[in-house]
Amino acid sequence: MDPENQGLIKRIVEEQGAEGIVVLLGAADEDAVEVAAETVREGDPAYVGPLAGVQLGLPVWHIFEDEVKAQADPTVYEEQVGFFALSFDTEAINAAMRRVRGDG
Amino acid sequence: MELRGKKVIALGERDSVPGEAIAEVARSAGADVIEVRTECFV
Repeated sequence: MDPENQGLIKRIVEEQGAEGIVVLLGAADEDAVEVAAETVREGDPAYVGPLAGVQLGLPVWHIFEDEVKAQADPTVYEEQVGFFALSFDTEAINAAMRRVRGDG
Repeated sequence: MELRGKKVIALGERDSVPGEAIAEVARSAGADVIEVRTECFV
């Protein structure tokens, strides 16, 4: 995750607290997804950005995951995400998310 | 995980699902989208 977005998330949590915040990701690269999810939970694994050593513990999900899709308006989901879900390896991405959260 | 009433940070990617698409989905689930970003990996 780029340092600018790390700084943004850090600032939001400092100003509003972590309560009620959920991070939703849209990246399609399995490794990028894993790093981004780890960054908002445990801190920047590369130890270079503003979240280096900062454990925010934020809940993080990917837009491709069934838990997200099931709560969305089906028409909106299809319009906004349907094409992308067909274009990428969603199972590998979702497996990466489960690994980071420790639920798979 | 319940999205309704939550404060969502939408982090999309230029070569995949953009932030605004994530935000639209989150709003349709009843979430309050507080930040939308689209990263560009090079």
